[in-house]
Amino acid sequence: MTTTALSHDASSVHQHAESVNNAVFGFWIYIMSDCILFAILFATFGVMQHNYAGGPSGKELFDLPYVFAETLLLLTSSVTYGLAVLAMNRKNKSRVLGWLLLTFLFGLSFIGMEVSEFQRMILAGNGPERSGFLSAFFTLVGTHGLHVSFGLIGMLVMMVQVMRKGLSIPVQSRLIRLSMFWHFLDIVWIGVFTVVYLMGVM
Amino acid sequence: MTHDSIDLPGVSHARLRTYVVGFALSIALTAIPFGLVAFGLDRFPHSAILIAITLAAIVQIVVQLHYFLHLDRTSDQSWNLLAIVFTVLIIAIMLLGTLWIMFDLHARMM
Repeated sequence: MTTTALSHDASSVHQHAESVNNAVFGFWIYIMSDCILFAILFATFGVMQHNYAGGPSGKELFDLPYVFAETLLLLTSSVTYGLAVLAMNRKNKSRVLGWLLLTFLFGLSFIGMEVSEFQRMILAGNGPERSGFLSAFFTLVGTHGLHVSFGLIGMLVMMVQVMRKGLSIPVQSRLIRLSMFWHFLDIVWIGVFTVVYLMGVM
Repeated sequence: MTHDSIDLPGVSHARLRTYVVGFALSIALTAIPFGLVAFGLDRFPHSAILIAITLAAIVQIVVQLHYFLHLDRTSDQSWNLLAIVFTVLIIAIMLLGTLWIMFDLHARMM
């Protein structure tokens, strides 16, 4: 009786690990398909980047120190999420919540800076309708910003789940997948600041 | 609640040191290209700066994949690696193909 109970317990643990592994791999496949989406937006931007239609070029529009600050915010948020995962491995619930909150605030500041940059450009008459270059710019950078915003919503949901359900296996699995999403967005941003902003200013 | 931890390749082996090293490398690989474009445009040829910032971006992507997403060449990561290699192939075909065709078209229309 006890042996069957034990072996049943062991196999259910094995199944848990198996299902978490599958979920993480499935999410990795999703991220790869999202990579392809961004690659197409980069290709579109590459084709359109000099179609100014008499409007402003990147050199006149972009403020490098501002973009550098945005980059540091997103990069730091990626590391603080990593620290949340470390705290999760040590089962430290309050630390997980603290690092998630910090990550959320860094991400929110990034989005705040991006929205105010967009607002400034649109109010100056340089919205997406101004030129092919600006259409491609707003599509690429805006899609990244939209992803970051969804990541922020995910973080709010996960903070509530950690508070209510504790660090159960499903909650840990979701935290790991959100961490992959968040690190991925930071990687996409490397492409954005290099191709759009740095090459745009040159 | 004895079996409440997840043993995932990469994630469960993450260490504070990994993130600190990744963070330091990423800061350097961000500051160098920004510095080059902000202060080096009249000192270095533009083509050299273009190559330098492209290389810095590629290296930083690899650094973040390794230190933040814990991707490496161990056998339990082989499926993840296979998926990303396939994705890079698709991206290369689509990205380079698009740019090649469109710029060729542009050159012929002039």
